[in-house]
Amino acid sequence: MAHFKKKQAGSKQEIPTSAMPDVVFMLLFFFMVTTVLREVTLKVKLDLTQASNIEKIEQKRLVSYIYMGPERLPGNQLGDDKVQIDDAIVDDIGAIRNIMYDKLIEEPKLIVSLRVDQNSEFGLLTDVQKELQQAGTFRINYSTKREAD
Amino acid sequence: MLKKKKREGAEINGSSMADIAFLLLIFFLVTTTINVDTGIGMVLPPPLDPEQEPPPIRERNLMKILVNAQGLVLMDEEPVPITEVRTKLIEFIDNPEGNEELAVSPDAAIVSLKTQRETPYSIYIDMLDEVMGAYKDLRDAASRSNYGVPYDALADDSPQQNQIQDMYPKKISIAEPDS
Repeated sequence: MAHFKKKQAGSKQEIPTSAMPDVVFMLLFFFMVTTVLREVTLKVKLDLTQASNIEKIEQKRLVSYIYMGPERLPGNQLGDDKVQIDDAIVDDIGAIRNIMYDKLIEEPKLIVSLRVDQNSEFGLLTDVQKELQQAGTFRINYSTKREAD
Repeated sequence: MLKKKKREGAEINGSSMADIAFLLLIFFLVTTTINVDTGIGMVLPPPLDPEQEPPPIRERNLMKILVNAQGLVLMDEEPVPITEVRTKLIEFIDNPEGNEELAVSPDAAIVSLKTQRETPYSIYIDMLDEVMGAYKDLRDAASRSNYGVPYDALADDSPQQNQIQDMYPKKISIAEPDS
């Protein structure tokens, strides 16, 4: 009996915590690398529609976004439907072909992801698509959320 | 006195390093969005040459879908509820009974989608989704009967996948709205 007691008292039950900073740093680096801080400020309201037969875009490098939706005006108001590319609103639809053509030269396998508000009208979209045809950027993607089914 | 002071080793207290790391970790945890962009992929046709005549298409190979701004659907001049669009399309593309008015063969079938300028984007996407769904069902069925696996399980650019794609090519035409 006495023998057992002595053994129990002698062993300390502690988890070594000296490696914890290393573990935390490793996680930290992982998240630092994967984080993409929001690259553009949206100037249009965007509420994506839902669809069920969708595919993922694996190569994010190839993607260039075009946003379409009602313009955000100061004081929480919404204006007319506008097109936004990168950080600026493009008022002249005819200028899109030059912008997209320049992007296509930089990245020949460009995929244009159209992020369109669900309430915006089809007319604007078809105007933009005509410009994309002129620019030669034929691969497009209608960005949607996954429909819960 | 002086000697004693010098002997005290200069040391940075490292015990709070874990706290700092945790703080940064939590910041990046909160700001990270691991979102994959999803959507319906399409390939636009090259711009039309005004002098060139469009190639002749046999009427029976063309399924005209018209959608108006209220979401009402016409398929080949017949009103169809949106829930039946997919089954109708599958019937049109596959044409198992060899109906004279439906597509000659699946690879000849062309689906033309036309909307009005006023149509909301969500209705357009809903329709496109139905068309994509019809093709997905057909490809799935073909893949299952030929290889015993769903279409998604086939490797990209494998001969099997290419064969299924050749059987059921997605020929979708987005027509320009009139008005």
